[in-house]
Amino acid sequence: MKQSLFEKRHAQDWQRFATRLEALEGSRRKSESGAGFSREYRQICQQLALAIDRGYASHLVEQLQQLAMRGHQQLYRHRSQFTAQLLSFVLADFPRLVRAEWRWVALAGLLFFGSLTLMALLVYGYPDLVYSVVSPADVAGMHAMYEPAARRIGQTAERASSTDWLMFGYYVMHNVGIAFQTFASGLFFGVGSLFFLFFNGLMIGAVAGHLTDAGMGATFWPFVVGHSAFELTGITLAGAAGLKLGWALVAPGRLRRGEALRRAAQISVRLIGGVMMFLLIAAFIEAYWSSMSWPPATAKYLVGASLWLLVGAYLILAGRTPHAPD
Amino acid sequence: MSLSHAEPGFAAPLALLDTRVRMETPEGIDLIVRPAGLLSRSIAFGIDLMIRGVLLGALFFVLGTLGDFGTGLFMLALFIGTWGYMVLFEVLHQGRTPGKQIMGLRVIHDDGTPIGWSASVLRNLLRFVDMLPFGYCVGAFTCLQHPLFKRLGDFAAGTLVIYRDVPPQRPPLAEATALNPSLPLLLEEQRAIQAFAERQDTLSPARAQELAAIVTQPLQLSTSPDPHYPVQQLKGIARSLAGES
Repeated sequence: MKQSLFEKRHAQDWQRFATRLEALEGSRRKSESGAGFSREYRQICQQLALAIDRGYASHLVEQLQQLAMRGHQQLYRHRSQFTAQLLSFVLADFPRLVRAEWRWVALAGLLFFGSLTLMALLVYGYPDLVYSVVSPADVAGMHAMYEPAARRIGQTAERASSTDWLMFGYYVMHNVGIAFQTFASGLFFGVGSLFFLFFNGLMIGAVAGHLTDAGMGATFWPFVVGHSAFELTGITLAGAAGLKLGWALVAPGRLRRGEALRRAAQISVRLIGGVMMFLLIAAFIEAYWSSMSWPPATAKYLVGASLWLLVGAYLILAGRTPHAPD
Repeated sequence: MSLSHAEPGFAAPLALLDTRVRMETPEGIDLIVRPAGLLSRSIAFGIDLMIRGVLLGALFFVLGTLGDFGTGLFMLALFIGTWGYMVLFEVLHQGRTPGKQIMGLRVIHDDGTPIGWSASVLRNLLRFVDMLPFGYCVGAFTCLQHPLFKRLGDFAAGTLVIYRDVPPQRPPLAEATALNPSLPLLLEEQRAIQAFAERQDTLSPARAQELAAIVTQPLQLSTSPDPHYPVQQLKGIARSLAGES
């Protein structure tokens, strides 16, 4: 068949398909424009193959190629049952993933909590050590923050409840930023994640050791115990995701480095989704519960301990049954 | 025509000379995409940065009047602006942020399918690494090194930034009397002649004559002292190939 005849015969179909594509590209809503789409798309594909095979002019081939490309984008368009996916991720997939990657989680946890505990004990024993990681100005700032006389504690000495909003925003911005940093820097063969895990452990340990030593433990510990479960676990998991990413580059196994990285990244990005969830919860608790000073310290410790138990039980037990909610 | 011959039209498609990439789809056709280079991507990023700057700046003044509550909201907005802007636009707006839309770019998966949540989150989180040590040095370097202009984030997420196609202009059919070629032509040859007829307006007359003269002999075309005669003949063949009289 000659090209002009071919064009004459199908020009109307192409025009109609193009109009339909425009409608689909313009909106994300479901519409009647979806009915029969795949049949028309297959037709375009077939006509494109024919046009190439018969050696028709390049402008015609290009026109069909673009129609096929646009049709392809619409046919394979990202379809999400967002709520259902989210629910199954929270209830089952995320804890399962954490258990499947337990080696990285254990390594990151060891590094982070190990450096934290060690530094806290060291600073508690040799108080001057705190100045090796925290500047004197920051130490003074911490003193003002956790002064036992302060009615509401946290970032500033006196806080009204409207400040809770301020602090919520601040914690989200700051903590999630740290977690993302810890994760992304894992791309440098894991070194970045190792560094940030270790460094953040040292900093937090130094602060905790110093404040306890300086006699402010009574304000410091009840404040942090509430949100620490979600926050510290979140940072550990972010580090684990980063380490996994880096290890794929160090030891790709039988795959090429690029392919190994892509596969590791697909898994670790889901870990990061869970980290986001943890850190949002942590920021919420930190801004609205931890900052309250009226509950007695015992209540705060009790809530903190049960939150730690909750996080532990969630990561270890959730999603064990094969038919978790879909 | 039997398939056993090594006909160019049936052989595997030739590698493309320019930066375009073929992607085979389940439908058995090749999609051809053009990866976007460093400059247009940088400009698109600059535009996005400006849009975010202006929006957040305006928001800062509005929410600033609300005291601490407003500042908290502003920080949340800042968080969403920093980490969510690119992801939300890429996933919900067919792979295009406003900057990319202005520059005619869009993001797709390596296999040509539209970008999804996990790939978009990944490529945008790893921006942090591409930005190091300052001003996107790592990203620019890897982008220039990679044949498909990928930065590290694209590499890990398996994504590709491509140009959106502009609709092809239909070139006017060559003005000539249709002429049947004296020899059967292979597909590649037919396409070459058609491409020549489409583009000879953009060539200088001397160059067009020079090119046309090359094939006069092999195609056994009649000769004439007029130097423009071979060009006219090729245009005639192209016209007859297209099926016009």
